Amino acid sequence: MNCLLSAEKISVRYGSLAALTDVDLCVHDGQRHAVIGPNGAGKTTLLNVLGATTRPQRGTVRFAGRDVSRLGPAARARRGINRTHQRPAVFATLTTIENIEVAALPRTIRRRRWWPGGTRGTARRLAAGLLDQLGLSDLATVPAGHLAHGQRRQVEIAMALAGRPRLLLLDEPAAGLSATEVDRLAELLAALPREVAVLLVEHHLDLVYALCDTVTVLRDGRTLAAGTPDEIRTSPLVRQAYADGMS
Amino acid sequence: MIRRVRLAVATVVLAGLVVVPWVVDDYTAAILARTLALGLVGVSVALLTGVAGMPTLGQTAPYAAGAYASAVLGSQVSDVGVVQVAVAALAGATLAAVTLPLIVPARGVIVLMITLAIGELAVTVLGRWRSVTGGTDGLAGITPVRPLWGLPVLATDQARYLYTLAVVATLVGAVLLLLRTRVGPLLRAGRDDEMRLRASGHRVGLYLSGAHVAAGAIAGAAGSLLVVAQQYISPADFGFDTSALLLLGVVIGGTASIGGALVGAALVIAVRDWLFGVLPGHAPLVLGALFVATVYLLPTGVTRVRRPRGGSRPPIPAPRQPAATPTRDRGPTPELRV
Ligand SMILES: Nc1ncnc2c1ncn2[C@@H]1O[C@H](COP(=O)(O)OP(=O)(O)OP(=O)(O)O)[C@@H](O)[C@H]1O
Ligand SMILES: [Mg+2]
Repeated sequence: MNCLLSAEKISVRYGSLAALTDVDLCVHDGQRHAVIGPNGAGKTTLLNVLGATTRPQRGTVRFAGRDVSRLGPAARARRGINRTHQRPAVFATLTTIENIEVAALPRTIRRRRWWPGGTRGTARRLAAGLLDQLGLSDLATVPAGHLAHGQRRQVEIAMALAGRPRLLLLDEPAAGLSATEVDRLAELLAALPREVAVLLVEHHLDLVYALCDTVTVLRDGRTLAAGTPDEIRTSPLVRQAYADGMS
Repeated sequence: MIRRVRLAVATVVLAGLVVVPWVVDDYTAAILARTLALGLVGVSVALLTGVAGMPTLGQTAPYAAGAYASAVLGSQVSDVGVVQVAVAALAGATLAAVTLPLIVPARGVIVLMITLAIGELAVTVLGRWRSVTGGTDGLAGITPVRPLWGLPVLATDQARYLYTLAVVATLVGAVLLLLRTRVGPLLRAGRDDEMRLRASGHRVGLYLSGAHVAAGAIAGAAGSLLVVAQQYISPADFGFDTSALLLLGVVIGGTASIGGALVGAALVIAVRDWLFGVLPGHAPLVLGALFVATVYLLPTGVTRVRRPRGGSRPPIPAPRQPAATPTRDRGPTPELRV
């Protein structure tokens, strides 16, 4: 089996707290892979390790056949790993469309146009298209700092997509979104080209089951179970974990 | 609409500045020329502090490098002003490039301290290196320049003022145009949320280096203008009080605003010169108090420097985490930009 992304024996400790212990993960090309688990299970920590903002004490991360463990966040993004954050991160003083343009630039700059204005047109068209898909076109010229929480979340998703990722890491993209917004998000994710693999961290299980073909369950920093949505849905172990986690 | 108003204001101000020498006396024209040179350094400070989020107290170093390069080297190469400006800009950019390894990895208040040290070091070197700089006595007997090949030399204060104005207007225009390309949004994005910019694959260190070298070149060019405007330079022109005044001017002008930086620098110079008259010996104290007040009272003050994304847990380990600055106002604040 060759994985697009593979994480092997990832361990992260914060002082005496083991946030992740020997976690393995494999995401195939084009796969829709969910990571679920109760609060504090280590889901965000895992995404941070994959995005290189947290350095694990142990373990390796491979992407597209290469060991990327030593690469920083920017280098991994340029290889095709793009992400969103649980707490949406946007550029507050830039307008919504500028946010997405900036996120698109590393890909458009590559086309060897060195004059700084040259690539902006491409990036702007890409950004406008994404805003349209998310139904946010009206907000194009609003500074992102003025947006509501749910809107920022969607803008950050657009930013991650603007980087044309091979692997998209989403940390609770549906949190704080209205029902209509969740529907639109589900549509957008379902419509992603098949070449894009998605690693989705989400509490919104309907979205997970509708979208994903594989589910990994974390609990207390360890992999509790992994399987198809049907297997996970019916697993007594998982039900138990959620019941404990939520109480 | 707003852009049109801005353009109109800028045009009126520029027109006013052009007719000024026919209205004021020689002495005032000389002071105005000097103020314009300082305003240009203020623009470089605004570029770093406001736009790129790197607060600096060290732009006097490339300013001094440019001034001395222009006076010592440039005048031997050519008496053409534009050539001297180019030599000065190169000197400022070189100095900025040399100090990059110290500045780019640092963030927040640490940058202020490092740049302050660099500025102080520059002044000390200027004072000691007597054979080249004339030491603390300074350099006088500056050879007159001609703006361009074939033009007459600048013989009057009015002429020197107009030359300074032309160079400042050109360079400020170039900066404003550059900021309207992708360079502007990229620098501001790095100021807003550096980690997010990295997460999109941007080489943030490269951008900061570019901004720093460009700001060094601008400050260097301003140094050449000071030589022309003042006909004399000494280390005293580049001391800590100048750095502090510039930062104060930029803060007053609204840190991210290039036009504001010019206005702020002019205002602060005027206040200082006036204070020297009415409160001899106490001007630095008053300006210091004013500085503290401005930083705390103005919402666009230097508190809006590069800082970590509020709220989310810091990455562990944190290689280049900015120093935590109190988060006051998360929302963007309207800025005056010309
Ligand atoms: N920077 C940090 N310093 C100390 N402890 C941390 C840090 N980051 C995470 N933790 C701890 O590690 C554990 C895992 O946190 P993580 O954020 O990965 O959980 P999660 O599964 O994303 O939870 P949630 O569903 O609430 O987002 C938690 O106990 C958390 O308190
Ligand atoms: Mg989380």
